[in-house]
Amino acid sequence: MDVLIYLIPIALFLGGLGLGAFLWSLKNGQYDDLEGAKWRILDDDDLPGKKG
Amino acid sequence: MTVHQRDWQAFVTEGENGAVHMDLAVDGITCAACMGEIERGLKRLPGIQNARVNLTSQRLAVDWMEDQTGADEIVATLEKLGYAAHPFDPASQKERQDRTGKELLRSMAVAGFAGMNIMLLSVSVWSGNATDITPETRDFFHWLSALIALPTVAYSGRPFFRSAFRALTSGRLNMDVPIVIGVSLAVALSVIQTVQHHHHAYFESAVMLLFFLLIGRYLDHNMRGRTRSFAENIAALKAEVAARIGSDGDVREVPLSKISTGDLVLVSGGERVPVDGVVEAGRSEIDQSLVTGESALVPVTTGQRVYAGTMNGAGSLQVRVQAASGATLLDEVNRLLEAASQAKSKYVRIADRAARLYAPLVHGAAGLTFLGWLLAGMEWQPALVISISVLIITCPCALGLAVPAVQVVASGQLFKRGVLLNSGDAIERLSDIDTVLFDKTGTLTLAETELCAPLENDDETIVLAGRLALASRHPLSLALVKATGAMLPLPDVREISGAGIETRVNGEVLRLGSPQFCGVSLERVDHELGCYPGASLLAIQHGTRPVRILPFRQRLRPDARETVDQLRQLGLDVEILSGDTRAAVETCAQTLKVAAWQAGMKPAQKIEHLEQLQRQGRKVLMVGDGLNDAPALAGAHVSLSPVSAVHLSQAAADAVFLGDKLQPVVDAVRLSRRARAAIEQNLWISAWYNVIAVPIAVAGFVTPLMAAVAMSASSLAVTANALKLRWQDRRPDSDTVS
Repeated sequence: MDVLIYLIPIALFLGGLGLGAFLWSLKNGQYDDLEGAKWRILDDDDLPGKKG
Repeated sequence: MTVHQRDWQAFVTEGENGAVHMDLAVDGITCAACMGEIERGLKRLPGIQNARVNLTSQRLAVDWMEDQTGADEIVATLEKLGYAAHPFDPASQKERQDRTGKELLRSMAVAGFAGMNIMLLSVSVWSGNATDITPETRDFFHWLSALIALPTVAYSGRPFFRSAFRALTSGRLNMDVPIVIGVSLAVALSVIQTVQHHHHAYFESAVMLLFFLLIGRYLDHNMRGRTRSFAENIAALKAEVAARIGSDGDVREVPLSKISTGDLVLVSGGERVPVDGVVEAGRSEIDQSLVTGESALVPVTTGQRVYAGTMNGAGSLQVRVQAASGATLLDEVNRLLEAASQAKSKYVRIADRAARLYAPLVHGAAGLTFLGWLLAGMEWQPALVISISVLIITCPCALGLAVPAVQVVASGQLFKRGVLLNSGDAIERLSDIDTVLFDKTGTLTLAETELCAPLENDDETIVLAGRLALASRHPLSLALVKATGAMLPLPDVREISGAGIETRVNGEVLRLGSPQFCGVSLERVDHELGCYPGASLLAIQHGTRPVRILPFRQRLRPDARETVDQLRQLGLDVEILSGDTRAAVETCAQTLKVAAWQAGMKPAQKIEHLEQLQRQGRKVLMVGDGLNDAPALAGAHVSLSPVSAVHLSQAAADAVFLGDKLQPVVDAVRLSRRARAAIEQNLWISAWYNVIAVPIAVAGFVTPLMAAVAMSASSLAVTANALKLRWQDRRPDSDTVS
């Protein structure tokens, strides 16, 4: 069962990473406009070649 | 449109890097194309740093360098693109950041991630218990779980701890009290069992419970936030601004919040009066229907009071803003409003009623379990463990979701049909009404006027009068223009303030205005009013020809009759209470085939009638829009108000409906009844879950695995049952409000 010494910290770290990412995205305003975000995918304006 | 300039400074806030920021409500964003069009269109202006449309809230946020572009150009660009936009007054939207929602979401995230990690450990323990886990490893896993669970509960449980504490200090019981007791005991028991090297711990139950409950709480909060932000948009688009006359005589348009007592405000012809005050200069006629319910126009001149929300006629007025002085109509309405809201017996929400029933039952069952096992000869410690496990398994997970899940789905459906809820329990209250009281003016009728009888359009006098009417912004003139379809204005029109307009056509005088202005005798006026009760009269004098009198009335909402019929089919009594004249109400009541109606009602009389009905045990839905309805709206069991209503009434009503139709009233009643049924089913599901789970727990057979499975299953069942509402409501003819 020695493997637990590595596995448990790794599991906790990955979980913490997920939580951190979520809190970051929340703070960054990624959930402010869920309606708009799904339409923005289809908008090609941000492609570098199509500017102007 | 208006000559005076608009003072945008009041709407602009300081942004980053020397840029300025403005939030605008934009009307008519319905799709992705609109979004791109607006953002691209604005970015073409110089100095725009950022323009982003939020499709969910239908708002636009712009940051720009002030020295390169003005706010005027931004609004003008939007107008050119075809979108009406109006900035938010920063003072009126305090909670833009939505702190509560963010806190709930953060708590939910922490509980969710912690729950996953603890579950990982717990599943290992459960499978290990069945096979070959060593006691040391199990203890280690339990300690690890405790390490994760304790801070999580402390962090994510805050919304519940706070609410339960508030309830207990004010001597009430709400749903959060049993939740807090359950979670705290589960954690405490688990720590003790970990210390004593037991096979089981309940950390995952406690955290999962919080996670599920936070989902319900967040959904509930979101539903209300969405309605509120939409209502704010409507308020902003209504552009509640006033034209202030400065000391140097220049006129600037400023948001209402910047107007204070003593300011002088200019009200142009055809505008809504933005403030309460006294007329300092000018003559006009005022349409007071929103305030008193009377549809006829009232002449005003220097020294008379005007009220916010009334519609100015043709003349322009200078109004000195005055605070309520204690003797005006507005003060009386405010006083009645306060009394009505206090007298209204506090409605107990279904969820709280359930909690009241539920908490003593569950805590009693747990206590009896403890005593029972003691009497059966068990040690006190294992007996306590069993009784706590009873509390954990009965902890109201499904009960916590039962009501919010339905409310979220139902309010979403109502939103689609153009009904915005002000209060969360409005759905419950709407479901048990048996009487509907309608106000007439502005509720059953629309604000526009129309001719009582159709015109013969080939009549030369009428055609000329229609062309003359183009020169005036008086509501009756506008209605005449619409009826005649006039396009070419007549030259040299002279306006006689407060009376009418006149010009000369081929040497003959042509006058349009009040009957007195055109020299009509009082007898003839009385005769006309006898034929068309409650009508507003417009007279036309053309040379020496006999004077024509055109009667106008307010138009009924297009589906008023169907709505009243449908309400009757739902088994509801319909009555009309109006402040308008007897004659006007009678015609309206006859058209709608409503037998019970009362006219000339003052706000106090409306309240009185309402209370009389409520004393008879009736549950009344009040639908009204005027200032005079506000106290009755606040005092009724539940109330609805059209979006055109005065601010005070909208605030007093439980829900606001959009559009020209009355259909949302019927939809609201139907949907709320279905939602009520779903809520009751959900409560029964939770009750049955307890009926099955409690005996197992009392017998002492509950394992943490069972608790986890039972809790998730009951929560999912309740949520699925709520979603059923959405399927039931799918009708092909559903007219959506975008």
